[in-house]
Amino acid sequence: MKRVGFKMTVKKDQWINLSFVFGVIGFIGIANSFFDEYTIRILNNIAIFTILAVSYNLINGVTGQFSLEPNGFVAIGAYVTALLLVSPEAKQYQYAIVDPYPFVLSLHANFVVALVLSGFFATCLALVLSFPVFRVRGDYLAIVTLGFGFIIKIFAINYPEVTNGSLGLNDIPEFSNLYWTGGIAIIAVITVLNIVNSKFGRAMKAVRDDEDAAIAMGVNTFKAKTFAFCTSAFFEGVGGGLLAALLTSISPDLFDFFFTFQLLIIIVLGGLGSTTGAIVGTILVMGGSEWMRFLDEPMKFFGYTTPAMPGLRMVVFSLILIFIMLFAREGIMGKKELKDLFKGRKRSAK
Amino acid sequence: MILHVNNVTKNFGGVTAIKETSFSVDRKEIFGLIGPNGAGKTTMFNIITGNYEPSSGEVIFRNEMIHGLKPHLIVRRGIARTFQNIRLFSSMSVLDNVLIGFDFQARYSFFEAISRFPRFIGEEKRIKKRAFEILDYFGMSAFAHAKAVDLSYGQQRKVEIARALATNPELLLLDEPAAGMNPSETEELGNIIKKAREDFDLTVLLIEHDMKFVNQLCDKVLVLDYGKTIFEGKPSDAIQDSEVISAYLGDFHHD
Repeated sequence: MKRVGFKMTVKKDQWINLSFVFGVIGFIGIANSFFDEYTIRILNNIAIFTILAVSYNLINGVTGQFSLEPNGFVAIGAYVTALLLVSPEAKQYQYAIVDPYPFVLSLHANFVVALVLSGFFATCLALVLSFPVFRVRGDYLAIVTLGFGFIIKIFAINYPEVTNGSLGLNDIPEFSNLYWTGGIAIIAVITVLNIVNSKFGRAMKAVRDDEDAAIAMGVNTFKAKTFAFCTSAFFEGVGGGLLAALLTSISPDLFDFFFTFQLLIIIVLGGLGSTTGAIVGTILVMGGSEWMRFLDEPMKFFGYTTPAMPGLRMVVFSLILIFIMLFAREGIMGKKELKDLFKGRKRSAK
Repeated sequence: MILHVNNVTKNFGGVTAIKETSFSVDRKEIFGLIGPNGAGKTTMFNIITGNYEPSSGEVIFRNEMIHGLKPHLIVRRGIARTFQNIRLFSSMSVLDNVLIGFDFQARYSFFEAISRFPRFIGEEKRIKKRAFEILDYFGMSAFAHAKAVDLSYGQQRKVEIARALATNPELLLLDEPAAGMNPSETEELGNIIKKAREDFDLTVLLIEHDMKFVNQLCDKVLVLDYGKTIFEGKPSDAIQDSEVISAYLGDFHHD
């Protein structure tokens, strides 16, 4: 009996995903011991942005609620983690603008608690925010959430008693390493996939395809959107915490609209609604823009040396983006996932 | 009596879409709502399903007042609907479309879904089995993994009805189910509706313009014109009623 149940629950799709997870774990192990510091840094960035992109894709792609707030939630996560990790002694001399509130100095926790609290605060805020935000649909939703992102940044600048204003927080212990970022990225991807492949994910997709028809099927669409929004906020908060502990210093400028914009490029390039696409997009955008750094430097063509052109990399990068979007309108993966690729290959082989 | 619409009026600004309309639908009846364009039929549907709140009057379903309830809660009480222009979830498979109907009947929590708790696996298995039963009933289980938008018009209409039945309704509202269908598809649809009424213990309320279809299928019709009831009774009597004829064709006497 038990073996039958096992066979029925562990399907081919799950084997594909499972082997992929073990592949990533193996890769992290190898990378940590063989790659240089610069490469590991890029891999860390990719892992953190995978967390952010996959969770942002849940609300923007899967649920189809075009929102522009991740920089806000990432900022909250980063600040919560930073405030909890920086030691009270280090805080004493950092607050140069005004004296911090006494409770700020007494905050201290270990890395795990800091990350969990980062996610928790972002989730709570998302829950409160979902009531006004989901009263509006479409373009209006984008504007309202965009405003939220701005408010968080302005708050960080104008509340130096907590955030140290535009100077930001420094000397954050560098706890993030490839095991943390990669491990949490795997957890984030599995969590999001498990949500997508459940009644909650189906409800989210139904909201995206036709909200009124979803209501007519008895779906509580507000609940579906709020679940997507809060899950996305949780991982954005955690991702922000990891980012703070990777960069070791944060300031409000880091979390401006460009941050959201970068995530938006990633998920649109990968394919809105596809978790696999979000991962592919992250690797291409984060890895690609680093790899193309050689374009900024002087280059030699047939013995002729071109001068250094800082910024050329972004020009080329933008051109590549335009071309990809011209030829793959729905992004690289469309709405397909990893398992669909294997299915497609099997069908064409017959 | 399963549904009772009592003295319902609906105003949109200065326009009265429905004026003091009352009717009752008996259990297992197929009830037709007919009338020329702009008569207020779809408005009436939207009031029953909770998309609009009536300006005055009440809607009573199984002896409970349901007007003012949120639409998704009315569905959960047993009123399902289809749309005039088919509105399937375009990116999803036929099976997933039907599974949406089971959304509120699958009993597992968000965290049970994330952690793939045994209850999640059991409940998913249960609702998938029931979804396949409904698809089988409509002869559509071979298309379960096809995208809903890739099907023919008639098949899409079947999936839409299957999806509505997945919510386990007692009252099914069909908004112009035969629109855009050829005569043989229309006949098949009529048979499906009649058969489903018996097998699912359904009461059907439908809007339709095809009078032949209405005549064959409905036990009773209500004819609306400019929001007012002009006829209630058997469909065969409706097409001979002078007021109904003048509503559809215009009044010859005052030309």
